[in-house]
Amino acid sequence: MDPVFLSGQLFTGLSVASLLLLTALGLALSFGLMRVINMAHGEFLMIGGYLTYLAAKMTGPGYLWIAFPLAFLGTALLGALLETLVIRRLYGRPLDTLLATWGISLILQQAARQVFGSTGVPVTAPAWLSGSVTVHGGVLDGLSFPYVRLFVIVLAALVLGVMWWVLTRSRLGMHVRAVNSNREMASALGVNTRRLDLLVFSLGAGIAGVAGVGLALLAPVNPTVGAAYIVNAFLVVVVGGVGSVLGAGVAALLLGFVTALAEGLTSSSLAQAIMLILVVAFLQWKPRGLFPTQSRALEES
Amino acid sequence: MNPGPRRPTASPVRAALLVLLALALALAPFYLGAYTLTLLGRVLALGVAAIGIMVVWGRTGILSLGQGLFFGLGGYALAMHLKLAATAKGELPDFMVYNGVETLPWFWIPFASAPFALLMVLVLPAVAAGLVAWLMFRRRITGVYVSIITQALVLAFVTWLNGSQGLTSGTNGITDFQTFLGIDLRGAGVARSLYWVTLLVLAACMAGTVWLLGTHFGRVLTAIRDNENRVRFLGYNPAAFKIAAFAFGGLLSGLSGALYTLHLGTISPAMIGVTFSIELVVWVALGGRNSLLGAVGGLVLGQIAKDKISSAAPDAWLYVMGALFVFVVLALPQGVAGLLTGRRVRPRATQPVQAVQEVNDVVSH
Repeated sequence: MDPVFLSGQLFTGLSVASLLLLTALGLALSFGLMRVINMAHGEFLMIGGYLTYLAAKMTGPGYLWIAFPLAFLGTALLGALLETLVIRRLYGRPLDTLLATWGISLILQQAARQVFGSTGVPVTAPAWLSGSVTVHGGVLDGLSFPYVRLFVIVLAALVLGVMWWVLTRSRLGMHVRAVNSNREMASALGVNTRRLDLLVFSLGAGIAGVAGVGLALLAPVNPTVGAAYIVNAFLVVVVGGVGSVLGAGVAALLLGFVTALAEGLTSSSLAQAIMLILVVAFLQWKPRGLFPTQSRALEES
Repeated sequence: MNPGPRRPTASPVRAALLVLLALALALAPFYLGAYTLTLLGRVLALGVAAIGIMVVWGRTGILSLGQGLFFGLGGYALAMHLKLAATAKGELPDFMVYNGVETLPWFWIPFASAPFALLMVLVLPAVAAGLVAWLMFRRRITGVYVSIITQALVLAFVTWLNGSQGLTSGTNGITDFQTFLGIDLRGAGVARSLYWVTLLVLAACMAGTVWLLGTHFGRVLTAIRDNENRVRFLGYNPAAFKIAAFAFGGLLSGLSGALYTLHLGTISPAMIGVTFSIELVVWVALGGRNSLLGAVGGLVLGQIAKDKISSAAPDAWLYVMGALFVFVVLALPQGVAGLLTGRRVRPRATQPVQAVQEVNDVVSH
């Protein structure tokens, strides 16, 4: 295969993997910590995208500086609302959270359809992000890296870095890890687990909102964009190992690359099917993912 | 002792109501208008899939979000035969001609035979479901992982269908059927016969399932739902039982898909995708996943409501459905049937599991 084409595919795969990773982070956290399957998580991504569109429409070329805090806070607040109104009442019933949040995702999608229409709304990338770096000479002659995609990759790396720091170095992260390994014990030792659940859920939603900014830069935002990402994001969580941030990162890269390669070799519809078959095959080998969290419990739900 | 499976004969009032309901359904063609009758027939066909979900989810505790896959296999198996029956001998189905396919793909060839196609309506979904279940339960993949994997599989199937224009007619789906077993599908009185056939199949499946769940096999399934590890400790192999239950649910879904295809006269990827698969499950949850009548009734009434509300107010429908999903899960964990019987089933993974976990902790220290 042509090395230029191959590298181009891999680069695109990397940028898609970055968005997937940012979406999966919130899922991995809430799934790992609270055993909540949030099917409406993709809609946080969608809302982040629409908030970016609004920011671009209301303000000038510097809209990205407003879009990031707006998307993060907007989706985080919505996440907090959702946790308080619905999810809090469903702890211990993971399959029920799945069904209830599916209902919420339907409502959010329809709301988006009525406010913004069912066709995608485009967001023009600011001038400093338009254009690309092109390789001259060598085997990769002619390969170009669009700035927007580079920006999304850097964004994901940055968020992942901050998350890693928060989880391993901060007091909040210590509490998260404590609750993750033994909720009752952590609670007995004075961790306010309810407040932590709310905080972590909102944080995950906020990160998905930030991913929405990246999404809006890459493609028009439409009401079903969240639904398109959610299954893959869950696969990232399953492959990576539930609750593992490192696992989510590695799995997002793997899935992104496999899809990009398969798309290069076959068609995009076959690529999706191949990727899913590979995931099922992978789970035969490692049923609990790449980096399973240690648990003494006999039953895992 | 835990309350076992409820005895439907416990109340004579209940029995009388059931007989009345069965009579009303059997005589429906005599008092319903053409549109309503077709709608009822169509949703009763979906009721067959609801029985499968009730067995797999309500009784065995496996939430499959991929029933659309098996539904689609049954539907496509029949649709392929109907399409070949509507195509002149030696010619290719019209969509293949448009897509420049020169010879009939190998997997289409045997479907020219009606007995083979009818057999495949049952065999294909059952084998596919059994295989999927074997891959999952052999490695003790449980709970939400199963839900996510089955959802991914249905997505893969639909994506492949959409992408294979020449083989499956892609997004347009297979359509334009004319005859089935020599009967003209557009002839007068066909709708009525089809309705009765559907009702008979549904009744037979319900009776068969009641019998199956009353056997030793059915009791082991319930035991697996309540505590799989205890079942394993007693010397059973839960995986084998779960695979069998899952295959049975797949078979019912496939049968349902074939009936539905007959009713609608078409099948397409959009009809069997992720949304459809989850919708099935949610209507069953609404009716009551532990109760046969609840599951079937929930799906049938839910689909009728969907038809009525979405044609009256298309924009409002998704809000109504979304709100209904949330409400059911929050307020009626056992569905409407649970509300009527007043029986509270403890949600899984509460005290007993913790007790087992503590014992396990003590043992391992």
